[in-house]
Amino acid sequence: MIDILRIFTQVEEIFHEFGPPPTQPLRRGGAVAVIKNPFAGRYVPDIAPFMEELKPLGLDLAHRLLAALGCAANDVQGYGKAAIVGAAGELEHGALWHVPGGYGMRETLGWKDDAVKGMGGEQPGNALAIVPSTKKVGAPGATIDVPITHLNASYVRSHLDAMEIRIPGAPAADETAYVLVMSLGPRVHQRLGGLRVEQIERWDGQR
Amino acid sequence: MIAAIRKLVVQVDETRIEMGRAVEPPVRRAVAMAVIANPFAGRYSESLEELTAIGEELGGLLGAKCVAALGIRPEQAQSYGKAAIVGESGELEHAAAILHPKMGATLRREVSSGAALVPSAKKMGGLGTAIDVPLGHKDAAYVRSHFDAIEARVADAPRANEIVVAIAVTDGGRPLARVGGLTVQEIKGQDGLR
Repeated sequence: MIDILRIFTQVEEIFHEFGPPPTQPLRRGGAVAVIKNPFAGRYVPDIAPFMEELKPLGLDLAHRLLAALGCAANDVQGYGKAAIVGAAGELEHGALWHVPGGYGMRETLGWKDDAVKGMGGEQPGNALAIVPSTKKVGAPGATIDVPITHLNASYVRSHLDAMEIRIPGAPAADETAYVLVMSLGPRVHQRLGGLRVEQIERWDGQR
Repeated sequence: MIAAIRKLVVQVDETRIEMGRAVEPPVRRAVAMAVIANPFAGRYSESLEELTAIGEELGGLLGAKCVAALGIRPEQAQSYGKAAIVGESGELEHAAAILHPKMGATLRREVSSGAALVPSAKKMGGLGTAIDVPLGHKDAAYVRSHFDAIEARVADAPRANEIVVAIAVTDGGRPLARVGGLTVQEIKGQDGLR
């Protein structure tokens, strides 16, 4: 059982940058769990079993994020994940998040219908793309830029983005902050061409 | 809508364990922030009424966002606070015009009461500047367990011609409050102080 010290959620609605407000503002958000780092202050060779213990947390955070965004799973278009490890931990403790963070996203978003507009054909499922990530060792209040890509094809240019996350006061030296981010659309004024959502056809997670 | 809002950010911070002890129920603090265009950027205006109207509007909008994010009924809100960060083409008085004349009334409506002063902070700043929003109990400013603060910050604001306006609402006091003073149970709730 993992002791969660804090849960932190943040939701942004972007109405415009410089340009004309779109009919639908872009909404995106992050959910963070701050937990005690069980490996703080020493080198533990075998940390991998902790990934399994983190899986329920990944799922819980994904559900919390959907609730904070006030949307259904099939409204989510982009995602990302991150970890900030407190000073008494090592970067590898952040890497523990890869499996459970991705698991939480896929279990929550990997729906099997063709509800996304513009998508059809032989789409095998959803949340097909690798969940892009960043990690760092940082002080309380450190910021991390969480990369975002389209959840079914990493190369969709309109959805390449990032969201800055920062938890005031965390992580302390013996804590780790695990982060999930979801976006309900592309960049607010995306206009740089490249692969478009409706051009996804390989369904290999990339194109 | 009077305010030209570029962006809204809503955060909820839920503390479950402090110093190894469970916080039951967890303390939850919400901050809602609006990034707005400063209508007086780059020029001196004697009248700041437009900003006062914006403050009135945002008191309701951001107060409601906080209460909704906490998932509570308005009367369950316990403490509140407000703050503004003015981008460099504005002046500190612009923050005062938003925060002080009319914002309190619309905020109080969203939290169903509020005899106490809404504590505030203001500053000039640039992109990503953080401000500590002071928090006090909404019905009695002297309730010691509820003296607190929470950081508000928008990574990409304020630009020079913008203002970040923040309102914070909580459903509890500090996680392990134990330094005495006036308690919630002792509130008389008449003068806004005790």
